[in-house]
Amino acid sequence: MLTGMQRYLHRHRAKWVGFAFILPWILSALWFDLIPFVTNLYLSFTDYSVSTSTPDWLGFENYREILEIDPLFTKSLGNTVYYLVLGVPIRLVVAFAIAVLLNLRIHALGTFRTIFYIPSVVPLVAVSIIFFGMFNARYGIFNQLLILLDLPPVRWLTRPEWIKPAMIIMSTWGFGAQMVIFLAGLQGIPSELYEAAEMDGGSYWHQLFRITIPMVSPVIFFNLIIGIIGGFQVFASAYVLLGPGGGPLNAGLFYVLHIYNNAFSYFRLGYAAALSVVLFLIILFFTVIMVRTSDRWVYYGDT
Amino acid sequence: MVEGLYARIAKWTFVYPLLLVSSVVMLFPLAWTFSTSLKTAATVTLREVKLIPDPVQWSNYITIFEESPLILYTQNTMYMVVTSVIGGVVICALAGYAFARIAFPAREVLFYVLLSTMMLPHVVQIIPLFVIFDRMGLVGTFWPLIIPRLLGHNAFYIFLMRQFFRGIPLELSDAARMDGCTELGIWARIIMPNSKPVLAAVGIFSIQFAWNDFLSPLIYLGPKKELWTLALGLNAQKGFEGEITSLHKMMVISVYMIIPMLLVFAFGQKYMIEGVTFSGMKG
Repeated sequence: MLTGMQRYLHRHRAKWVGFAFILPWILSALWFDLIPFVTNLYLSFTDYSVSTSTPDWLGFENYREILEIDPLFTKSLGNTVYYLVLGVPIRLVVAFAIAVLLNLRIHALGTFRTIFYIPSVVPLVAVSIIFFGMFNARYGIFNQLLILLDLPPVRWLTRPEWIKPAMIIMSTWGFGAQMVIFLAGLQGIPSELYEAAEMDGGSYWHQLFRITIPMVSPVIFFNLIIGIIGGFQVFASAYVLLGPGGGPLNAGLFYVLHIYNNAFSYFRLGYAAALSVVLFLIILFFTVIMVRTSDRWVYYGDT
Repeated sequence: MVEGLYARIAKWTFVYPLLLVSSVVMLFPLAWTFSTSLKTAATVTLREVKLIPDPVQWSNYITIFEESPLILYTQNTMYMVVTSVIGGVVICALAGYAFARIAFPAREVLFYVLLSTMMLPHVVQIIPLFVIFDRMGLVGTFWPLIIPRLLGHNAFYIFLMRQFFRGIPLELSDAARMDGCTELGIWARIIMPNSKPVLAAVGIFSIQFAWNDFLSPLIYLGPKKELWTLALGLNAQKGFEGEITSLHKMMVISVYMIIPMLLVFAFGQKYMIEGVTFSGMKG
């Protein structure tokens, strides 16, 4: 004897098997994506602080504070944009340049690729600790080398104007993952294109700008978007290198550090939620702009 | 294709020297880390450029265990790594298989949901997730770190799996189905054994992310020292600018934290680079 439910399940088994396979993911998407996203919006309109208190509805008060009062909002956003505008292109150019060199049919390609990729497998906290040591004004190797070259030493982590360059130097060291992606893109360019260009007598630079760069422009685009989205959310490296306050005069206070401090140092979780919504909108805005303008400079050919 | 003379000269005068110099620059921080890790409290603050320390104090690698509970931190980190790998290689593979090969209602819609969660910046989830876990009384335990991993909360892994599984010939699974194999049986006997590259890539990424994770352990384990992972332990070893006399110890822990990742890289380099490349090409 089968109950109605069992009969139903039996008849529609094929249908439900698929759901059973993705059930954990559905749970996790609800629990860790959808519900948090909505909760975050709700929290951003409240003064939620600690679990014992009941939050009060504030309307747009948090947002007004962010845009009109909070000096560290502008500061941290400015720091983050500085880091992005310089850091992302520098890393992209270095990654691309090395990939182009490696694509010149050179010897020991595998060895070079490994060497350039290794920094990318070093844990981020370790990277920050290592650079913390190297940037030390007195004993750090960077200043010892500068002195050796008769250059004035730099107080990398204690002078506001040097903190962001220090962060950019550190993040550039990890260009390996982007380089590997570029290299694969370069290797995918059909060699007939170059052969045709050589027949026409095009120089190497001509080929680089007329063939190579347009052909890998989708990869450039991808790396740029990933770099910007990641750069807006820079946290661990700055936290370890500079501490949660971001160093002297908040020169290294990046946006997510500001969120972290509000949430977990001042327990202003509602306000921190509003900050994160603002960042979400900023990231969304940049992503949409980039995707919208991409057809002007990204070549999606017959791939 | 025959290389022109001009190209060959350019290579040997420009390309190789440039690559060699860049290689030295790239490896230098690691060499410096290792060298510093062998210094003494006295030599670590000498203002000199010396890559081979004098004396070489290998005992730093032993004495650190008396000063920092590295074994405990490593154990705690291993909980993250193991659950992360199980979630990635088993749970995400099951979901990837369903998205690739099983027809069920709303599959396409759910797949778009999956893709859109990939685009969601992590930053909007930090605070509400903390609030949710706080309300459940789970802050200060491993659960907030482990549950998402065990449920396979990683859209990218599921996506990678799906793309790979779609490339496995249908005939293989059809034959098994004729023989009365269930979907789970097909997944276990046909799909998984034929998917080593993608399983290796996802496995390696899972290990790396769990090993390196910093923000989540910081938020959920912060005050509970006995639950700290290596990343938190290393961060705590950091002194302040100016009083940096324990620099060699920081570097010893860094080396301990880096070596397992270098080993993973050494054994899985091929799959890792394929995985990274694929993430850039998006199939």
